Amino acid sequence: MTPAARLTRDDVLHVAHLARLALSDAEVDEFTRQLEVILEHADDVAALDITDVEPTAHPLPLLNVLRSDVVRPGVDRAEVLANAPDPIDDRFRVPRILGDS
Amino acid sequence: MSARDIAAAVRSGDRSARSVVEEHLATIAAREPELHAFNLVMADDALVAADTIDAQVARGIDPGPLAGVPVALKDNMCTRGVPTTCSSRILEGWRPPYDATAVERLRAAGAIVIGKTNLDEFAMGSSTENSAFGPSRHPLDPSRVPGGSSGGSAVAVAADFAALGFGSDTGGSIRQPAALCGVVGVKPTYGAVSRYGLIAFASSLDQIGPFAADVTDAAIALEAVWGHDPLDSTSIVEPIDSVVAALERGVDGMRVGIVTELTDVDGIAPEVRARVVAAADALTAAGAHVDTVSVPSTVYGLSAYYLIAPAEASSNLARYDGVRYGLRVPAPDIADMNAATRDAGFGAEVKRRIMLGTYALSAGYYDAYYGKAQRVRTLIIRDFARAYEQFDVLLSPTAPTVAFEIGAKSADPLAMYLSDVCTIPTNLAGHCAMSVPYGTGEHGLPIGVQVLAPALGEPTMFRVARAIEASLA
Repeated sequence: MTPAARLTRDDVLHVAHLARLALSDAEVDEFTRQLEVILEHADDVAALDITDVEPTAHPLPLLNVLRSDVVRPGVDRAEVLANAPDPIDDRFRVPRILGDS
Repeated sequence: MSARDIAAAVRSGDRSARSVVEEHLATIAAREPELHAFNLVMADDALVAADTIDAQVARGIDPGPLAGVPVALKDNMCTRGVPTTCSSRILEGWRPPYDATAVERLRAAGAIVIGKTNLDEFAMGSSTENSAFGPSRHPLDPSRVPGGSSGGSAVAVAADFAALGFGSDTGGSIRQPAALCGVVGVKPTYGAVSRYGLIAFASSLDQIGPFAADVTDAAIALEAVWGHDPLDSTSIVEPIDSVVAALERGVDGMRVGIVTELTDVDGIAPEVRARVVAAADALTAAGAHVDTVSVPSTVYGLSAYYLIAPAEASSNLARYDGVRYGLRVPAPDIADMNAATRDAGFGAEVKRRIMLGTYALSAGYYDAYYGKAQRVRTLIIRDFARAYEQFDVLLSPTAPTVAFEIGAKSADPLAMYLSDVCTIPTNLAGHCAMSVPYGTGEHGLPIGVQVLAPALGEPTMFRVARAIEASLA
């Protein structure tokens, strides 16, 4: 797909689903228009012929950082659970995950 | 009173930390309703902390280099037990179970946290208008923005609500509000200051840094928080040379390059450009060799940034799902609960960036957008490296214009994004840069000059910043 292929309302709905955002109709219209303008600006980058240039994901060379395997205090369980919207028996309760079938 | 003068007076017993805090709380009481720098003023906690400092001094214990210094923290830095909102409804009421490393180090140095400051939601913005709790306002003209996203901390220092402020800079969020408010703002080298407890926006770009009324206070503030932290896997292990020790070394023989692509471009106000030239002239007079330099790929910086930062944000902000903390909008099944919570909890700019980032990472577009942007990042790093073969530091405007009117750019996201055109390349490269106030423009509003240096070039950067500042005296 070329970057020049423009954004449709369906694209926005698809992306909103991927991002777990329940957008209103007005938001879908607004984002379709605004994201198109922003992506148009990004076309100068998308159009560059730089496949021979290595990508940079991070400014520093990333290394695995390990700590010694010793027990140390973690965060306080009560403090963590006090922030939960629906805690139950030291756990986080959530609505149904699986369907009826 | 400068942070260093406060600390000296408190350490010597000439002044109580309590009187320092009371004085700042009085200033806050007078102007905060108009300026809205804070999401939370921690008056009681600050007075308790002040009394602890005073008790230490009375017992002959040195409370540390920032003894009694009131600091304002951007509300995306975790403070244990104290609400930390990111100016978002989705985190309203959340109380972190731990302190950010930078916060811990400030307290250990004797600093007193006086409040949590307003920001663009999740640090996404350049005006502090994108806050769920309302905009912050410019201290010299409350009809204007203070810049952003760390606008509240910039206002707090400019209005003397706190002697020091701290913020985070992902694409200019410390330097741009510092420039607009007429204070010093520093984006340290990536990895110099621990990100542990800084709520993530774009993890490969985010960096904590200080705001201060002058360059010397900024240097002291930076040294209080930087250095290796085992809790941040991207924290630089090697010790960094002192910036405080370097401050007064002057710029004799220093090679300074004015970046053409960030100075002579459309959208940079002539009065802003003129102040950069004036700063360069002052450095020449102080013995530096000044010339212009091209860093060609920086022209692609803005476009690359607005693909990379939203992409990282879309991943980082996936954690706000209504399960473990923050807002939950009830729904019969979990997918609907997630989506309803996120729609209700995030503001428009955050949703826009999540959408943009998710799109840039989605199947069929990854190579064209995110992949390309990462390659541009390499080009920018290469071009900077070439420039730094010829120059010790680089110079540019910090922001294209002086502070703009509230609402002027709200309807046009791209126009707002252009506010960061001069600051973004530094984040993409992982380098350091800082903004130094250098005179005023239209309506007497402050203008900042940006000093850029390579990774770990802070000592040189601060020398130049100090020389620029000294030329105004």
